[in-house]
This record gives sequence, C-alpha cells and structure tokens, in this order.
Amino acid sequence: MGVEGQNIEEMQFKVVGTRPNRPDGIDKVTGRAKFGADAYAAGMLHAVCVRSPHAHAKIVKIDASKAEAMPEVKAVVTRADFAEGLTGEDWNILENVMAGEKALYDGHTVAAVAATSPIAARDAAKLIKVEYEILPHVTDVDAAMAKDAPVIRDGTADNSVPEGLHANVVRYHESGHGDVDIGFAEADLVIEDSFQTEATHQGYIEPHACLAQLGSDGKGEVWCCTQGHFNVQKVCAALLGADSSQIRVTASEIGGGFGGKTAVFIEPVALALSKKTNRPVKLVMNRSEVFRATGPTSSTSMDVKIGMKKDGTITAAEGVFRLQGGAFPGAPMEFTAMCAFAPYNLENVNQIGYDVIANRPKQAAYRAPGSPMAAFAVESIIDELCNKLGLDPIEVRLKNASKEGTRSSYGPRFERIGLVETLEEAKNHPHYSAPIEEGHGRGVSCGFWFNHGGETAVTLALSEDGTAALSVGTPDIGGSRASMCQMVAEELGIAYDKVRTTIADTATLGYNEVSHGSRVTYASGLAAIKAARDATDKLCSRAAARWGIDKEAVYWENGFAKPSGSNAGEFDPIPLEDLTKDMGATGGPIVGHYEATPEGAGVSFATHIVDAKVDRETGQTSVVRYTVVQDAGKAIHPTYVEGQYQGGAAQGIGWALNEEYIYGDDGRLQNSGFLDYRIPVASDLPMIDTVIVEVPNPGHPYGVRGVGETSICPPLAAIANAVSNAAGVRLKQLPMSPPRILEALDKQANG
Amino acid sequence: MGMTHVSTTVNGDREEFLCDPRETLLDVLRDKLALTGAKEGCGTGDCGACSVTVDGRLVCACLMLGVEVEGKSIDTVEGISTDEELHPLQTKFIEYAALQCGICTPGILVAAKSLLERNPDPTETEVRYWLAGNLCRCTGYDKIIRAVMDTAAEIREAT
Repeated sequence: MGVEGQNIEEMQFKVVGTRPNRPDGIDKVTGRAKFGADAYAAGMLHAVCVRSPHAHAKIVKIDASKAEAMPEVKAVVTRADFAEGLTGEDWNILENVMAGEKALYDGHTVAAVAATSPIAARDAAKLIKVEYEILPHVTDVDAAMAKDAPVIRDGTADNSVPEGLHANVVRYHESGHGDVDIGFAEADLVIEDSFQTEATHQGYIEPHACLAQLGSDGKGEVWCCTQGHFNVQKVCAALLGADSSQIRVTASEIGGGFGGKTAVFIEPVALALSKKTNRPVKLVMNRSEVFRATGPTSSTSMDVKIGMKKDGTITAAEGVFRLQGGAFPGAPMEFTAMCAFAPYNLENVNQIGYDVIANRPKQAAYRAPGSPMAAFAVESIIDELCNKLGLDPIEVRLKNASKEGTRSSYGPRFERIGLVETLEEAKNHPHYSAPIEEGHGRGVSCGFWFNHGGETAVTLALSEDGTAALSVGTPDIGGSRASMCQMVAEELGIAYDKVRTTIADTATLGYNEVSHGSRVTYASGLAAIKAARDATDKLCSRAAARWGIDKEAVYWENGFAKPSGSNAGEFDPIPLEDLTKDMGATGGPIVGHYEATPEGAGVSFATHIVDAKVDRETGQTSVVRYTVVQDAGKAIHPTYVEGQYQGGAAQGIGWALNEEYIYGDDGRLQNSGFLDYRIPVASDLPMIDTVIVEVPNPGHPYGVRGVGETSICPPLAAIANAVSNAAGVRLKQLPMSPPRILEALDKQANG
Repeated sequence: MGMTHVSTTVNGDREEFLCDPRETLLDVLRDKLALTGAKEGCGTGDCGACSVTVDGRLVCACLMLGVEVEGKSIDTVEGISTDEELHPLQTKFIEYAALQCGICTPGILVAAKSLLERNPDPTETEVRYWLAGNLCRCTGYDKIIRAVMDTAAEIREAT
C-alpha cells in the first residue's frame, strides 16, 4: 500500500511514465542555458587562486606586495580574511577552502587575487610569493596507515578508532551479525583476496564557477554551479562570519556534478574578495584546478573473504575496507562496508572500515560513494567462487539474494526490494544467453545503494489561468524538472506543459538538502505530489464553498472538483481553471506546500552484464556489449531513467579501465588534464542496453526509488569479471589499464 | 600589453573587438561578444565543449587566439537555428534525451552538424569517431549517437 493508502501497483497514470520533452531542452540546444561561468555583472572583477605546488608544507610567509602593486589588482585574500574560531566540519571546510598553517595537498589554495581582467588576475597570481617549509608526505592508503607514515593532522581521529592505529586513521566502522568463523567452517570453498582501486574524479565537464558579491552591510548574492545552493549559503555564512539569511544563493544550470558539486570550494573565496573590493567577483576554476583540488573518490585497499557451499550457498563473508579520503576525515568507508554484502542474505557477515587521511585533495561524493569499490572486491570473489565450483553466476546470486524481510548485512531488515527481479530479468535477457565470442569474456555483478530522503521544501503556486508553478530547492542534475512537472500534472489533472518547475533561490524556500543520494525524484517528487495534494485540498474547499456543502464531501479527480456521491448533492464537477480564475475573490491565492524530511527512500539494486575483449599483445581492453538491469521503483520519465543507467555504466567503464589519479614521488598529481586523465569518449563505448525493473518503493506515493547512483555500483566488478574471464587471470587492481593487464598476463605466464 | 583590433563575422553578423594577444577565441566569444554557448571545459582542446567552426572548419575555440580570426567567419551554437524553427539536430537531441546536464551539448551540436555537412550518411562508427573529441560525462553517448544517426536519416529523406 502506498503512502496515501492506494495500492501503488494498481495506480493508473496519465502523465507519469510518459516521455515528454524536457523543459530545459531548448535552452540547452541553443546555447542560451546559463551555467556557472555564464554570468556577468557590471564592474565585475576576476579572481584566480594561488595553489600549493607541494603535497605537504608549512606556509612560512605569503608576500603579495608585487601583485598588489599592479594597477589592475584590487584585492588579495589569505586565511586571515576568513572567520576565526570555527569548529567541527565548518573548520574542516575552511581549512580546505583556504589553507591555514599548512598546505595539505598539491593544489591546496593558499591565497587568491581579484583583478580587472582574467589575464591580469593570472599574472598577479604568479607574483604572489609563498614561502614553504616542505614536510614529509604520504599519498597511498596503505602507506598512510604504516607505522613510519608522516602524521598529517594529529588529533583528527575521533573516538571510534581503536587504540594502536596510526594517527592517520581517523574513523573506524564495524558491523555485521552471526559468527563468520562458524560460517567459514561450513563452506566447501573459501576464497580470500586483496583488491585496490585508485582515486577517480567525477569528471563533470563544467569546472566550478561562481559570481559573488558581499557588501559592507553583510548582504550577499552568489550565483554558482552547485548540487546544493542552500548548503553553499550555510557554508559561506559560516566561513565569512555572516548571517545565512543575508546571503542569497542562486543555483545556475549545472554542467554535471555526480556528487562532486555537493562540496564548497570557491564561493567563500569570491565573497571574501568581493567584501574587500565592494565589487562583484567572478571565480572560475580551470580544469587542472578541478583535478588537483576538487572531487576525487577515495582510493581503496580491501581484503575480502567469502565461503561457499558446493550448491552455491554463501556461508560467511567478511571484508576490511581501507579508504583514503585526502587530508580530511570523511572517506565513505562505512558506506563501502555496509554496501559490500548488502545484496546477499547472509547468516554470518562482518565488515570493517577505516577512514584514512593522506596528502591528497579531500574526497567528495561520487555517485553511490564507496559502494562501487566494495562491489568490485566482493563480486570478484563471488565470480571466482562460481568459476571454481562450476556454478552459474546469476543462479548463485539468485540463490543468495536479499529479499523483503531479509536481515541486511548492515543491520535493518529490507522492506520490499527488487534484487531478485533484476537477476531474473538479467537471466532472461538475450545478452546472457548469447554465445561468448573467442577471446571475449562475460562478467556479471550486482550492486546496491541505500538512496536517501533529506530535508525538502517546495511550493506550488496556481495561476488564475489554471497553470501551475512549482518551486523546488534541489538543482536539476538529471532532468528532474521534467519529472517534477509530470508528477504535479498527474496530481492536478492538467497537461504536462501547463506546469513549470523552477529551481528557486535560497530566499524563496525553506532549506533543501543538496541534490545527492539519488534523492531528488524521490524526495522533491514526493514533496511536489504532497504540495499538489495540498493545493487540490484547497481547491476542493473553494468548490465546497461554492456549492454550500462540507469540504469533506468534495474530492479531486482528473482536474475537477467533484461531489463525493449523491449524499453530497448533485453538482457539475468544476474544472481547475474555473476555480483558479476567481480565487482572488474566493479566499486569495492558492498555493500548495510541503516542508519535511521524508524518510522512506527505498534502497535499490542493479544487475549488470558485460562482454569484454582483451588484446593479449597490448593489454588493450574494450567493452563490446553492456546491459544494465535496475530497479527504479517507478520510472516517472523512462527515457531519463535509461539515461541515468547508461551514464552510470559509462562512468563505471572509465573507472574500471582507464581513469586514475597518478601521483609522483613528489606527491604532485601528474595527470591533471583530460588528455592524461582519460574519461571514455564516444569511440570507446558500445551502445548500452537498459532494462527498467519496477518494484514499487512503499515509501513514495508512486513507488519511486532513486536511480542515479545504483547504476555505478555494479560496473567495476562486472567489467573486472568480464576482463578476468577473457584474460584468464584475475584482475585485482583498478583501473585495468593496459600495463596492469600485461603485468597480470606476464605473472600468469611465469607461474 | 596593447590590444589588437579584429574584424570578423560571427553567425553571419559583422563583429569588431579589441583583444589582448593572449586571449583565446573562446575568451573573445564569451567575454567580449556575449556568446556564452561555447563552454570552457578544459582549455586544452581535450573536451570539445568550445567547438565552433572557423571558415567552415571545426575547431576548439580555446586553441585559437582571438587575433587569428581577423577576416574570418565563425559559426557557433547560437547560429545553428536562426529562426523560430530548431535545426533537426536540436530537435532530435531533445527528443532522444541526448543531453542531460547540457554543458557539452553546444559543442556536440556544432561538431555533429559539421559531420552531417560532410557526410550525410555516416555509420555508427563514423559518428563515434567524429565525436570522439567531444566529451560527455552524463549520457554514455548512446542517446547522442542515436540522435545524430536519426537526424542524418531524416535529413536524407527530406532532400
């Protein structure tokens, strides 16, 4: 049963489930959509950041006198221009936004300058002399945990960390149930192995950009590309010692984020420069800065052990997951640990996570943060067990699959979930039964993500002409304006194009959590539906007043207020536009609201099938066929759901095969550009087939589950399984770049 | 450094500007001519988000200097449709959801239009290789390739 008591599976939709054109389509194909860097203001200055070339260094002195002597230069800011006395996460963010006593990674901002042109600002940045005392550094996760590793930020560890660990281990997680020793003893085969993944970047094509103004009256305006402008507002206020409500933030169109634009980097810097100059300041990162100072995922080192019976039953599973998250706490090791075994119904399971700091940029969320790496390790071992025991990989997964009521590996029992359905669809897909070509290998993997609700506020204002304007506070990162319009149109009973959805600024709505956790279609969608129901409730009241009957005797259906049965009286249904046209005289504007923190986000699962071929001479790998099967709960706009599935798979292919942060011995990032950090291009990829499974989420009125993140959970493992099966050797390190493949083949040939 | 006076044609209109010899064509288009359709994704010619044509040749505007376009004719995404009707590529891109965030879309449309002008009947492989210089991080390219192929078919049928 749904939230409002309706049986979701019996709901009939008119607009939901159709594929209308996106409302931002024409803006985006004509070049007039305004992204972060597309804003200009009269009298605007241009800012450039000065960044540390060292992985770890004490900042001895910053001399900006030569830069300040340039006539074009209007201001320089350093840490001294930001709030003092911050604690907790505010202090961590400030430390990252503008270095204090130490530069903690290559690319860490130590100063910034504003000048009258971008070229003058770049020239000036070069004239700012920073004197450093270089300190020993560490960038590798295992090295950072070793006894002799330099301590990066002593005292960062919280009280979850057991005694005896290095000071760079800053958080610890352990969960599970049963007794793994008993479970392993029951197994016919136990496989234990170690896996590593390198850090990857979200790789959004739009660099971080903002235009900011802050006056001496404390009133500020920020325009920026972000996944969450309310968070930008909160962080800017804290870092500048300003009042939140006095800083109005407007989200631009966002040129990709994938989690990386949930963090705040440049907006407080632009505001600080604006405060000093009383002029608007534009700050746009270049690509190298994006790589060096924003985003990447954690790098990982993982040990996983799984026991299986000859019939495929998993008897026990345990994993240790070490995540390096840059110089700040927050690597999502608990997610890695909790997602690792979530697809399986296990009696004995234990997982441990370590959050490890190192001299790299602070990790940021990237699509199901932490989960894809776990799946890589776990699903590789399951594949190996299937190979050794001669079992079908989908049958084994079906045998052990989590279902409704299963006690999850991380604790709670699952509500209704769709893993079995994705596995059945995968098993019956023509891809799975297609013959495997000579030299090719096939891989399968499941993936899991929690999905999320979060603080949400929307308003829905009806116009006199019977159209509707929805304001949401969650930036549209995947076509959500279209799905919001569909859900509102469905509830009001009006046409899709009679609804306009706007991403409202921070002065217009209550707080909205960032667009993350695959939460937007779920939470803002639920909010839009509830706001529409609030509005139709008010419409019913107006109709009741007109008819002179009780409000309870009126209901809303397909765009009309109707009397509920003959007891209510005989009245002709009143269409929406008939009620809105004189609403000023019948009680005033009709606006629907919803403000809450919905907590019914349904978890989701996916199963991917991949065929890959490996060139044994060069180590070159290519993905030749790819199929995504994922539970969407309910696909509001199926084409955009497919787009999420395909996008996640493509990013996973890049992560699995090519993408990695490469650090030199000097601790400097060696590939901070798209030439050397190679994301998949069109000629690298096949078409990506998709199957949308719909097992309704009981926590959403239409059954929606988030779809954005789960799509990147299976690819690393599915591709690794395909490549390993093609190469005849198990690949345990990502990316599976040609040198690594050749190394694995050499090792195998030499025993 | 002194500014250079440049006369050029952009989307059919005569334009003049003064530019620093270090400014790229992309800087000029965006900052001086207010044509922000072309995007800077990398500044190194790797992402193609700033794709424009100069005298009919597809280039990355970030790899050309503003002073180089004296007397030349530049076409940008803003010039793809000049009246109420969208270009068929633009229509198909919306219909196929060949864009998600849309940051790469201007460059991909300029590049795809350039392909179809040269090759009205490209194979999937030809489309994939022609667009290999345009990075898209959202879509996995599937719907982009389909939109371009279907546009090509539609244009062929219409002519």
